[in-house]
Amino acid sequence: MIPRPLTALAAATLLFAGCEEERPVDRATREGILLLGNGDEPKALDPHLISSVGDSNIMRALFEGLVTYHPSEDATHAPGVAERWEHNEDYTEWTFHLRDDARWSNGDPVTAGDFVYAYNRILHPDLGSPYASMLHLLENGEEFNKGEIDDFSQVGAKAPDAHTLVCTLREPAPYFPDLVKHTTWLPVHKPTIEKFGNMTDQFTLWQRPGNHVGNGPFMLESWRINGGVKVIPNPHYWDRETVTLNGIVFYPLANNFTEERAFRDGLIHKTYIIPPDLIGYHKAESPEYIKLDPYAGVYFYRCNVTKAPLDNKSLRKALAFAIDRETIVKYVSQAGEQPAYGVVPPTEGGYQPHHGVEFDLDKAKAYLKEAGYESGADVPEFEILINTSESHKAIAAAVQDMWKKHLGIEKVTIANQEWKVFQTTLRELRYQCSRSGWIGDYLDPSTFLTMWRTGDDNNQTGWGNPDFDRLLTEAANQIDPGERFAKFREAEAVLLDELPMIPIYWYTQKYLLDPAVGGWHPLLLDNHPYKHVRLDPSKIPSE
Amino acid sequence: MDTISDIEKGSSLGRDAWVRLKKNKMAMFGLWFFVGITLVCFLLPLLPVLPDPNATSPELRSLGPFSEAVANDGTERFYLLGSDNLGRDIFARIVDGGRVSLMVGFIATAVSLLIGVVYGAVAGYVGGRLDSVMMRVVDILYALPFMIIVIILTTFFDNSLWLLFLAIGAVEWLTMSRIVRAQVLSLKEQEFVDAARSLGLSNGQIIFRHIIPNTLGPVIVYTTLTVPAVMRLEAILSFLGLGVQPPNASWGSLVKEGADRMISDPALLIFPSAIFALTLFAFNFLGDGLRDALDVRASKD
Amino acid sequence: MSTPAYILSRLAQSVFALFCIVTITFFLIRLAPGGPFSEDRVIPPHLVAKMEAYYGLDKPLPVQYLKYMGNFVQGDLGPSLGNKGHTVNEVIAQSWPVSATIGLVGLLIALAIGIPVGVFAAARPNSKTDYTLMAVATLGICLPTFVIGPLLAATLGLKLDWFDVFGWENSSAWVLASLTLGLYYAAYIARLTRGSMLDQLSQDYVRTARAKGVSPNATLFKHAFRGGITPVVSYLGPALAGLIGGSFVVESIFGLPGLGQHFIKAATNRDYTLILGTVTVFASLILLMNFIVDVVQTWLDPRRKLGA
Repeated sequence: MIPRPLTALAAATLLFAGCEEERPVDRATREGILLLGNGDEPKALDPHLISSVGDSNIMRALFEGLVTYHPSEDATHAPGVAERWEHNEDYTEWTFHLRDDARWSNGDPVTAGDFVYAYNRILHPDLGSPYASMLHLLENGEEFNKGEIDDFSQVGAKAPDAHTLVCTLREPAPYFPDLVKHTTWLPVHKPTIEKFGNMTDQFTLWQRPGNHVGNGPFMLESWRINGGVKVIPNPHYWDRETVTLNGIVFYPLANNFTEERAFRDGLIHKTYIIPPDLIGYHKAESPEYIKLDPYAGVYFYRCNVTKAPLDNKSLRKALAFAIDRETIVKYVSQAGEQPAYGVVPPTEGGYQPHHGVEFDLDKAKAYLKEAGYESGADVPEFEILINTSESHKAIAAAVQDMWKKHLGIEKVTIANQEWKVFQTTLRELRYQCSRSGWIGDYLDPSTFLTMWRTGDDNNQTGWGNPDFDRLLTEAANQIDPGERFAKFREAEAVLLDELPMIPIYWYTQKYLLDPAVGGWHPLLLDNHPYKHVRLDPSKIPSE
Repeated sequence: MDTISDIEKGSSLGRDAWVRLKKNKMAMFGLWFFVGITLVCFLLPLLPVLPDPNATSPELRSLGPFSEAVANDGTERFYLLGSDNLGRDIFARIVDGGRVSLMVGFIATAVSLLIGVVYGAVAGYVGGRLDSVMMRVVDILYALPFMIIVIILTTFFDNSLWLLFLAIGAVEWLTMSRIVRAQVLSLKEQEFVDAARSLGLSNGQIIFRHIIPNTLGPVIVYTTLTVPAVMRLEAILSFLGLGVQPPNASWGSLVKEGADRMISDPALLIFPSAIFALTLFAFNFLGDGLRDALDVRASKD
Repeated sequence: MSTPAYILSRLAQSVFALFCIVTITFFLIRLAPGGPFSEDRVIPPHLVAKMEAYYGLDKPLPVQYLKYMGNFVQGDLGPSLGNKGHTVNEVIAQSWPVSATIGLVGLLIALAIGIPVGVFAAARPNSKTDYTLMAVATLGICLPTFVIGPLLAATLGLKLDWFDVFGWENSSAWVLASLTLGLYYAAYIARLTRGSMLDQLSQDYVRTARAKGVSPNATLFKHAFRGGITPVVSYLGPALAGLIGGSFVVESIFGLPGLGQHFIKAATNRDYTLILGTVTVFASLILLMNFIVDVVQTWLDPRRKLGA
């Protein structure tokens, strides 16, 4: 009885050893199937119910917006369902002309009405879409989303005919084509949604393989929870000639180390991320695989200005000036990030960030005095709150030790909390100092600045400044791009003078990429249009 | 009373057990290793020879053992076992982490011992309906989702080390109580309990003075096996990020960090996991040796 | 108590225990901060309220509880709050085979290695062989699975390229996962077997057999083995439950879509219904195993059998 499982195991060993001739990733390359590590399991395959980066990656394969991302140029707007578009003089009214040949994956034509229906759905308070605020720019969009008006016809989205969509905005938005590339502006197929439930039902079966209808270059083939989402080319897609892939598999690989091993084992073409401590190894061993691309995001420490001791502006400044950001990006985060001396990354459409903080110990010590502390030892105890993660932990330990080494502040502790607990603590302002990050939704400084308005849901520091709010409103009503950016810079200066947030670095996108993948260029928002991605079998490494 | 306590006193088996234990080389190795590592972890930090385990020098990251280096700010550093990803001293962190891990092991085991022994003894001795209710409670607690409980406790009591001890102790007493109960069930039928009862001792006195001391063998054995089990559990909590708070270390968190950096920096895995494994090893052999020495039958649970 | 009556009452106790566990969990998870609808970005409270109303989470807790239990009794575990468009029953149905496979194979590996090693060591107590075998077995217990897993992945997976290091469909990563789980339990079973074999060898009936001239090997296998294996059998229940329930570390390391991963993710997502669903599965498993062990033990124990 005993040897049997052993023989079975031995047989299994031989079996698997025998058929491992070609790496799965190389076979996939030959077959034109792109295998991607994609972070967490998708919450939904419904563009109106998701909010994470990984989920939006899948949405870009399954749906197509009015305007889409260009494969290599951030500033270029590639036509999507809309062939062309124009705006009025003050950028408050945009007219999109939809192409005739745009089709849903079941063959139905994509019409302007589908977009209006989608905007109605995402803004409808009953759906409770987590990301509906992206459409508050539409006239009366916010009011409708809050339930203050019930009549959607008052919202600034109209379809005068099947191929014309007119969006009226509440303020000038020169960056509007950028905004409508976002997943929240994607259309949905009304007959499919209503076949499986009401417009505002969260839980319906329309997102299942076989039921799902999209208008993107790809359509849903299979979805296994925690096992992967597979998409195949959409035969009705208008630009199907451009699509060369025969399919994409999005693997949920939440464990970064597993993902990195899967890449080395030849099981995926691209990792979602690479853990900082393995960057050095890959740079040395396989520099041709590792990619470190600039990314529109900022890593910072929030300060709760309603709680001692960080309610003291000078203390916040002392802390900000005592962080050696060069050392952090070079030795701790290690992914070629840029030290952040301002809030807005230098990626936002030519905007030059305000240089508000730096690493300067003399100034730091002067600020500490100004704050009323003779030495760092007098600073009362406070806590850095992080969410559980090895990289946040390393940065917090480094920052804590810098404050100790450079300013003599001894009584700083670090506490890590599980993600949801962490979010709750932040929201209820029960922290003193906390690690945070913000990734831009589109390429415009406003995506990094509006969150700091007084009382904004994402502010979470208790900070507010009337000058800052006024400058942002003035910027929002500017039509001239230069004037607009000038206002943003003024606002950023106000923020950096008071420092409710201490910038640490500007993100990079760090991942491993198989050389057989072509058409994958660095993009600031990391939103790659899959229809331009190619797999080149000639690049398969020969054994 | 004098006469009763005189009669109560039994003959000590301790000396015999010690003689038997001394013959078992592995067990003695376990004992001395345990004594040694405890002394090092608790006493060495009191002497001014160890660097600050939390002092970083990121520019001196990932140095090998016996490295001497000068940090950017001019301080000279000597790394006995090398430096970690932030240029911290691995040796100092292992010693520091050992204190945490051993303390978690001891305190959680003490908590589980206290609850488990009393609970099991009462259930076993009283028996009947109470016993079956108490044991069903244990069954229920066994099947409760540990992670959820830990998260909830974490938020109620703020993330502290004490909470960790408590949480782990609260899980580990279940097995202990089953073992003690099984022992007590067989003990209470024996003559000496009848004898004690006939001497007019109360139930409490019988449980605490006669029953519990007689379960000592299996309890000691299980205790030496609980300490490593608790230390493993602490390590698993570290895997989930629920263990000791940074920048402090425990062996569990050091091993976890090492496992993550296995390919880039194998020393970070090898040193902490070697010391962790050796300590658990020592405890296990000490437990085995004690079982043989005390002649404890394999427990039925 | 007659045997059928004993079994019936044990069964009733287990069902009651399951009911208690579900009830406790139901109320306990609501104490944890955060909810299923909090996200990276703050969602305005009025939208969160809408979502809660959609899933009936706005009603008083006792009402929710009654409704949940009503469906629960009918086998309906409700919609998953974190996986839109999937019911908890579906999620469990998809992930259960994964955990069961790696758990069962892991157990087989553990038994195939553990029992022979334990018996072998017990046959020569305190010899060099005994020490060496036990030292190796103990090492298995001393290293956490999150070290053994990546080590196996690095060696058998990446270096030798025998198995894949990730994935379920068309992937051999489950072998590594089972091996990682199995090695730990093998070490435990080896130690357990050795201990109880030694115990049996010192029992009167074995001594009698030996005195009657039965050969040492026959004593070992015919007489001592049956009694010596009893603790291992009792341990099988908890071991299998532990293998399946405790597999979340291994599932995470090898990226397997099993129950353990769902449990951890459900906990971090505050997916209340999925938490309750996975807890129900784990708890039923543990209770079922304990129940079976109780019944089998009565049958296996030679002393009890003699008494019967």
